[in-house]
Amino acid sequence: MVELARKLPLPQRRFPASPVLLLLAAACIFLTVESLRSTIFAQLTVAGVATGVVYGSLALALVLIYRATEVINFAQGEMAMAMVYVAYQLTLWGLAYWEAFFLTLAIAFVFGVVTQRVFIRPVQGRSVIAVVIVTVGLFILIDGLVEWKWSANQRFMQAPFGNKIYHLGNVPIARQDLGTIVITLISVSALWAFFRFTKLGLGMRAGALRPAAARLVGVRTNALLAVGWGLAAVLGAVAGLMTEPAEYVLQPTLMQPVLLYAFAAAVLGGLESPGGALVGGIALGIFLNLLPSHSWGFVTSALELPVAFAALLVVLLIKPTGLFGHRTVRKV
Amino acid sequence: MALLSLQNATLRFGGIVALDDVSLAVEPGTIAGLIGPNGAGKTTAFNVITRLYRLESGDVTFDGRSILRTPPSRIVRLGIARTFQNVELFPTMTVLENVLVGAHTTSLFEREANVRRSALETLDLVGIGNVAHLPAAGLPFGTMKRVEMARALVSKPRLLLLDEPAGGLNHEEVEELALFLRRLRDELKLSVLLVEHHMNLVMRVSDHVHVLNFGRTIASGPPAEVQRDPKVIEAYLGGELEGAA
Repeated sequence: MVELARKLPLPQRRFPASPVLLLLAAACIFLTVESLRSTIFAQLTVAGVATGVVYGSLALALVLIYRATEVINFAQGEMAMAMVYVAYQLTLWGLAYWEAFFLTLAIAFVFGVVTQRVFIRPVQGRSVIAVVIVTVGLFILIDGLVEWKWSANQRFMQAPFGNKIYHLGNVPIARQDLGTIVITLISVSALWAFFRFTKLGLGMRAGALRPAAARLVGVRTNALLAVGWGLAAVLGAVAGLMTEPAEYVLQPTLMQPVLLYAFAAAVLGGLESPGGALVGGIALGIFLNLLPSHSWGFVTSALELPVAFAALLVVLLIKPTGLFGHRTVRKV
Repeated sequence: MALLSLQNATLRFGGIVALDDVSLAVEPGTIAGLIGPNGAGKTTAFNVITRLYRLESGDVTFDGRSILRTPPSRIVRLGIARTFQNVELFPTMTVLENVLVGAHTTSLFEREANVRRSALETLDLVGIGNVAHLPAAGLPFGTMKRVEMARALVSKPRLLLLDEPAGGLNHEEVEELALFLRRLRDELKLSVLLVEHHMNLVMRVSDHVHVLNFGRTIASGPPAEVQRDPKVIEAYLGGELEGAA
């Protein structure tokens, strides 16, 4: 095509040396060196990564909805928990674990889409607080429905990865931890590829960034919001299904502590940043796993939750937008 | 027949009348200027045409048909594309991705390679093909304006709504813009509705100028005529229009 306008000169690109990235690199080096020196340390770190990716994937679900809808979905954990019960029911009906796993992910997507359409859309665009209250209501509703259908008694599911222990050098690594890490990272990568390489993903990013402009270039933002809720529900379901084997039992409170940690991870990473949520989750997982044995006896595992939030508070005092957050400055 | 027309459009925000019985038309293949002091209702008119605001009474027609029942996300498929006063790019995306979002909606069943090619061609058209792979945020303001222009043009619109395209541009850039707008009209046969404070630009490129003040039409006609209109001169307190002659 012909050029109608004079070419503009190429602007200079700047690469700021980010202190956050330097800090993370330093942390990685420290973890690697210590892991090489001590078997226990290495073992705890790997287990920490396994819990961390789960926090990270639920945090990512929170971020996904926060970016699109600008609210925290307080029901995210309970939605995930309900999906674990669905998988449990499917295995009761005779499906093999992995058949139930993938079928549950499909059900979770539909569940997320329907939830957005039925409960969120009517209050969307009124006020943020209205949407937040609806998500809190959903929390209670889902909790009630699950207890009504399956009771609050503990249930047991088949372990997806078995009890096998691998040895890397002389470091024992549970197959379950490895499986959790692999499955979660695959889901997160698939999601990333979806947003990066597909038309739908591009449209969803556009809709989340600048809704009005996106609609006017033809993006059907309302339909895509529902898809976003569906994807968040799928991610939540993965987190739930990976939490269940780590907890050994299935009960309605399964995801409540995980939601708190996921929330901390999302805030730590910067609520707007998907990568931040994952890094935040992994950092939190490793930190909490190493804490009881490496705090000279000050912190027992019972103190994990308060210590996690104290650490979060310190990070936010230094960097109020989270590790990867940006301050939004917009002309009105 | 006019390509776009507003007929007796009225819109209030609380007690403020943003548009008061406004009728205006854009003829095919022409550039229409829409001017007026701050708060006159120019951007409001754009938001009405693109269906972000709902009219209280009156009608908007495009190509002879009312568009008041068309959702905002379908407006671009009718052939109306716009830019924004404060530049509404998708900041974390690259320049190319920004344009691709605009390209996808009008080429649903087109092969992706063709869509990318047309996006890159559009970037060349506005002279910024060399920044295609840079993130949109952090580009110079003038470049961002061109990205927005490319994002609008890539959907192959018949009507382009430009909200202050000259805002923040220096003298040389405004000259280029004037040239560019004329070529859009003459070579691509586009119709343009131009909201602009830069009087000199509006008077030079427009075939027809429509003047709003406090939501009401105070003048409408060829640039030379509008410039001499006492009501227009009064609205601008006399001073600004003199430089345009």
